[in-house]
Amino acid sequence: MTQLLEVNGVSKRFGGLLAVSNVSFAIREREILGLIGPNGAGKTTLFNIVNGVYKPDTGKIAFAGDDITGAAPNKVVKLGLARTHQIVKPLNNMSVLENVTVGACFGRESLGLHAACEVADEVLKRVGLAERAKSPARSLTLAGKKRLEVARALAAKPKLLLLDEVLAGLTPTEVAQMIDLIFTIKESGVSVFMIEHVMQAIMKLSDRIVVLNFGQKLAEGSPIEVAGDPQVIEAYLGDEQIAEKLMEKN
Amino acid sequence: MIDGLMVGAVYGLAAMGLSLIWGVMDVINLTHGSMIALGMFAMYLLFSATALNPYLLLIPIIVIGLLLGIVVYWIAVHWVVGRSQLMSLLSTFSVNMMVIGIGTAVWSTSPYNVPFSLPGISFGAYTFTGNHIAAAVSALIIAMALELFLYNTRPGKAIRAVADNRDAAELMGISSTAVLAIAFGIGIALAFGSGALVSTLFPFTILSGSVYQLKSFVVTVLAGLGKPLGALAAGVLLGLLEGAVTPFIAVSWIPLIEFGLFVVALILFPRGIFGRATA
Amino acid sequence: MIFRRPTFWLILLLAAVFIYLPVRAGDAALREDLILVAIAIILVSNLNLMIGYTGYVNFGHIVFYGLGGYVGLYLVTARGWRLQWAALAAGVVVSLFALLFGMGILRLRGAYFALATVGILVAVSAFVSNFNPFGRSDGLYLSFDAYQPLGGAMRALWVTYYLIVGVMALSLILSLAIKRSKFGLALFAIREDEDAAVVLGINATMYKAIVYSVSAFLPAVAGALMFYKNAMIDPSIAFEYMLSIEGIVMLMLGGQGTVIGAALGATLYERLRSYLLTSPKLSNFHLVIAGAMLLLVVLFASGGLIGWLYKFVPRSREVIE
Repeated sequence: MTQLLEVNGVSKRFGGLLAVSNVSFAIREREILGLIGPNGAGKTTLFNIVNGVYKPDTGKIAFAGDDITGAAPNKVVKLGLARTHQIVKPLNNMSVLENVTVGACFGRESLGLHAACEVADEVLKRVGLAERAKSPARSLTLAGKKRLEVARALAAKPKLLLLDEVLAGLTPTEVAQMIDLIFTIKESGVSVFMIEHVMQAIMKLSDRIVVLNFGQKLAEGSPIEVAGDPQVIEAYLGDEQIAEKLMEKN
Repeated sequence: MIDGLMVGAVYGLAAMGLSLIWGVMDVINLTHGSMIALGMFAMYLLFSATALNPYLLLIPIIVIGLLLGIVVYWIAVHWVVGRSQLMSLLSTFSVNMMVIGIGTAVWSTSPYNVPFSLPGISFGAYTFTGNHIAAAVSALIIAMALELFLYNTRPGKAIRAVADNRDAAELMGISSTAVLAIAFGIGIALAFGSGALVSTLFPFTILSGSVYQLKSFVVTVLAGLGKPLGALAAGVLLGLLEGAVTPFIAVSWIPLIEFGLFVVALILFPRGIFGRATA
Repeated sequence: MIFRRPTFWLILLLAAVFIYLPVRAGDAALREDLILVAIAIILVSNLNLMIGYTGYVNFGHIVFYGLGGYVGLYLVTARGWRLQWAALAAGVVVSLFALLFGMGILRLRGAYFALATVGILVAVSAFVSNFNPFGRSDGLYLSFDAYQPLGGAMRALWVTYYLIVGVMALSLILSLAIKRSKFGLALFAIREDEDAAVVLGINATMYKAIVYSVSAFLPAVAGALMFYKNAMIDPSIAFEYMLSIEGIVMLMLGGQGTVIGAALGATLYERLRSYLLTSPKLSNFHLVIAGAMLLLVVLFASGGLIGWLYKFVPRSREVIE
């Protein structure tokens, strides 16, 4: 069975900094792959490479069998790969509904305005933003904006969804709601590739986890395997909280 | 050719003003040209009134530029710094319109000039125009002063800090508003200074600034943002290029060629050739 | 579908008023005043597509109008074409030219693009001044014979007026149609956050090039019509940088991003401009006043007059677009 996403030997250098170094992994259908690592490990850069914002210096990326290495982000969405941003990018002066409609119009299915609006309505209900449909995007709370990011990406009918720290800055209740949402996304048949620092969430959600450190893949495996990996623990020793949480799993 | 080199130093000085403001607050100062023109007239007025050595008059002119820059900052720039680039483009542009409008009303479009000549220096067959030499030297001195200021004084370092990361600078207790105002003021002061120097070299009108504004953009794109000495070097380069090309092409084509250069350079190097093209 | 929008009917009403007033009064002077307003509305509403919808400032917008005038007049004088075909051809030629150049300069963002548009204006102006078929710096002249197909010079003045009012209505309707279309949605997304728009699947460079080209079409047609009516064109009147700038002021004043705002700003400013230019004391300050207005709008009311209306009467958003 071909993997949904195959990343092979990808590297990216920015001037003197090797941000991503020879990273390889794969994502199956109906799978949630977590991506963790200390700050500056290259996680968002990796996302940017997968989704086409950066062209990798080396390596190949295949999505559903097609080579998408270096393909522009707007093309990649049409193949079924959508993403959210770590720092949310709402289309501020447009309404919540319009934001999601954009996602639906220009996503995998090139929908007309009317059909896209209907898709957007549905997605807003799924995500819990239906009441704010007519409000301008800038009026949402941070949690709302994060849900908007997810909604916009979902409206594109992706096969793979890239979530970049979608839980950051949320209250525990909001985190729980988002976790539920991500589970329903997986159930609906969409794979998820997520960067996260909220350890409990990522342990709970992920089928497998990839750990990145200094741009290199440090470990890969199930949450338990990764939590017990001494290299991973060492990498995180600088961050006591995380080490503790990981230790708890043991 | 060597004249081109020296005039180029003045281009570099002009560009420094644009580049500084651009680098520090991501504002493209469309008043730049009219401020250069005001600098020309400032020199004209002061020289007519006092008959002092123009190169000494540079000092009060630069101070006037600094003060005017701070005023312009408060009127037009402060309120648009955080907003979209469209707004800061339009607000600085509106000030440009007003200055040109007033300038045309006061001084019309007849040419003015500053009748002051320094004796030239001759080496064998070549004579270097005295004014050109003095202009180049003045530009160099001002550039070095700016470099010293930015790297060796507290306000200068504050400016560089804000340019690097405004939020972090504010967290460190730097009043970014004051810094931005001063940086803008310095940018205008540099424009004034370069205009004042140009007034000793060529006849001018209130509309002459736009030619130098264009050159400043070309130089800034070539040199990257916020690097004063880089701007000076690129300015000299541009001056040399002009000097090499003018014997062969009618002067009216030069702005067009420079525009072409500017656009092509931007398309090929969207992030600037040497440095970053966005703050 | 746009026929259901109240704004559509407002546009038709406006066109009707433009036709009715001078015809009823039989007044050629009024017609001349109104034709200037109509041209302003055409220029501003098409400029709105770039600035208001897409967020890209075009400082050189007037180049389309002037170039359209040249192409149109050339086809009529040198090639003997009828006015309607010459005007249409002018529109097509100029928008193709815009598409070509647009694909190059629209890779530039924000301010760089704005500066490049000035470059294009300057370049075209310089080129035309040296281009023989376009009469170099003397320009082109129309002999009165050219008005025969339209029934003579007097009638021609009225016919071109109606055609220009028609183009005005078309410009406004086009703005409305785009605003409510998928294409318009993409433009707004680009305006709000171009990087996000690309990630959402929008080929920003292509859309920008298309809207740049579209924004050139009707101004070019209008240019062909207007300069035909004026019977002459030369580089200094075809490519007035000042008009480009005033277009921006009119748009900001009326309310960028809205259809009616473009019409409103153009009308108000055009009347103000006529008054200023004929007043002996104030004509010098024309530029200063325009600059001051622009600054005030940018600082205090970036949504212009219509933006203010929306703030105080939120319901009006649906009716007056």
